[in-house]
Amino acid sequence: MSTVSGKRVALRPRRETAPLSRGAVLGLLGLSALYFLFPLWWLVVSASKPFGEQFSGTGLWFDGFGLFDNIARLSSQDGGIFWRWMLNSVLYCGVGALVGTALSALTGYALAKYDFPGRGALFGTILAAVLVPKVLFTLPLYLMFSGVHLIDNPLAVLLPSVVSPFGVYLARVFAAQTVPDEVLESGRLDGAGEFRIFRSIGLRMMLPALVTIFLFQLVEIWNNYLLPSMVLGDDRLQPVTVGLVGWNASHVAVPPPLVVIGSLVSVIPLVIAFLALQRFWRAGMTAGALK
Amino acid sequence: MTHLADPVRASAHRGTDGTSPPGRSRRPSTRTTPRARRLRPLLFCAPFIVLFAGMYLAPIAYAAVSSLFALHRTGLGLTAPTARFDPLSNYTQALQDDAFTSSLVRVALFGVVQVPVMLGIALLLALLFDAKSARGRGFFRLSSFLPYAIPGVSAALVWSFMYSSQSSPINRLLEPLGAAVPFFDEDLALWSVANIVTWSWAGYNAIIIYSALQSIPSEVLEAARMDGASAIRIAWSIKIPAVRGALVLTTVFSIIGSAQLFNEPTVLQPVSGGSISSTFTPIMSAQSAVAAGNHHYAAAQSVLLAVAVGVVSFAFFKLTERKGQA
Repeated sequence: MSTVSGKRVALRPRRETAPLSRGAVLGLLGLSALYFLFPLWWLVVSASKPFGEQFSGTGLWFDGFGLFDNIARLSSQDGGIFWRWMLNSVLYCGVGALVGTALSALTGYALAKYDFPGRGALFGTILAAVLVPKVLFTLPLYLMFSGVHLIDNPLAVLLPSVVSPFGVYLARVFAAQTVPDEVLESGRLDGAGEFRIFRSIGLRMMLPALVTIFLFQLVEIWNNYLLPSMVLGDDRLQPVTVGLVGWNASHVAVPPPLVVIGSLVSVIPLVIAFLALQRFWRAGMTAGALK
Repeated sequence: MTHLADPVRASAHRGTDGTSPPGRSRRPSTRTTPRARRLRPLLFCAPFIVLFAGMYLAPIAYAAVSSLFALHRTGLGLTAPTARFDPLSNYTQALQDDAFTSSLVRVALFGVVQVPVMLGIALLLALLFDAKSARGRGFFRLSSFLPYAIPGVSAALVWSFMYSSQSSPINRLLEPLGAAVPFFDEDLALWSVANIVTWSWAGYNAIIIYSALQSIPSEVLEAARMDGASAIRIAWSIKIPAVRGALVLTTVFSIIGSAQLFNEPTVLQPVSGGSISSTFTPIMSAQSAVAAGNHHYAAAQSVLLAVAVGVVSFAFFKLTERKGQA
């Protein structure tokens, strides 16, 4: 892009960089940033106010400092269950995304690198599954899990989480792009078994792509609300999203300011992961756009 | 999709075939029979296939079968209701159930309005990110994408504070003007929900469209500029047609997203003062059937919703396909 713009300036100076259009572009972008950041700004400001002051004033500027006290109160509410929820979320997301990524990598690699009976049908089914709303599976899954007594068992959240048709799709695209057949071939000539080749060559070459798949699954599992809210009635097993909504719906039992503070604390890990690993998101979304 | 990936494979194969000595097969494994060799890749896929069957195919079958049984209560209602095979009962009940049909209509209205508005914003944002005169694009891209990192439920919680009469900073700002937005008004509640969904996903879609914009060859844009086309003309005649594929894709995913509408209205429900009912969306309606102990009825509602989504997505694909050929 930059080389193009350099050339353009040389050929035809200042055409659409007129002050008016530049002002309009920046004005619109500024408005969008205001819209997107406004609720998050409110959340940070409110959570930092002294306890009980969360809903006073416009909530758009700092007023006293009580963040640490607020976090202490959050930690002691209901015997410190908030941190238990956070831990549950981290475990469900970590384990679910890790296992899910491994399954996606194996399947995507096989789809991209081997010809086998039923390959087309398998890939077609996976693509169709990408297009079916996942929430639709939740109710039947709940009924199935009730039938086999998996309710209030972390497996009821983990098992559906590790199956990601979109992850398989991404892994297939990435494997086709990044793992050259010649390299696999030379591994075979050296007498390595197919799984060994996958582990030591395929997996290594796909690694950056696998980080992307891992992140997408992480967000999806952290976002999931309906499934855990149905299959986990025991609040000591619930992830933080389900716990916080429960607090919010309880009205008086839990003071609303705690929901504000809990919301802030619960989004921090994802925002950090997101900011730190930006380039991996970009890669996955570009692949998504190419579909 | 296959076309995208396959040139890579094809060229790699050509390379191999060109360089390996003649007579050496591509997979010179020694001990196994050809048949075993051909089936071995299935071992790679086996764990996924088993779980996929259990977590995707089995629920579909389960829901479809379950929806064909209807609960029958005895006259006095003293014994537990029994399920009897009665294939049409749940479906006729669902289609006559005002709460369920109006939830379908509500979500359809939501999709018809929210999806174009959100994607319009996303397209505009993508074009702005791509504009030569934009400064600080990195910051603006990031700020629009940040809501994607906030879980839907958390976003809805935060917005519920934006809307609630006790805390709304928006209404506090409007107070001196004597104005207030009744976010949970009967007529406005659906659009308050739509705003949360738009906030969460507009930036995500903008980045997808922006990625597609990046793939337009710079010579094409250059030629248009040399011909004296204005920035707006270039956007309209070159850039927007070029991202058509991305727009179709984001539209289909957004339609699917609308059909799943659940998290946001569920979070807002307790603070909405009644304007968001427990059957506000089809999924909420099905879930309340589960809560009421009628799994079979919930299954029928799920099947109807799935069919509706499938028909709409398919029709949309067909429609855009025909337009593309014309």
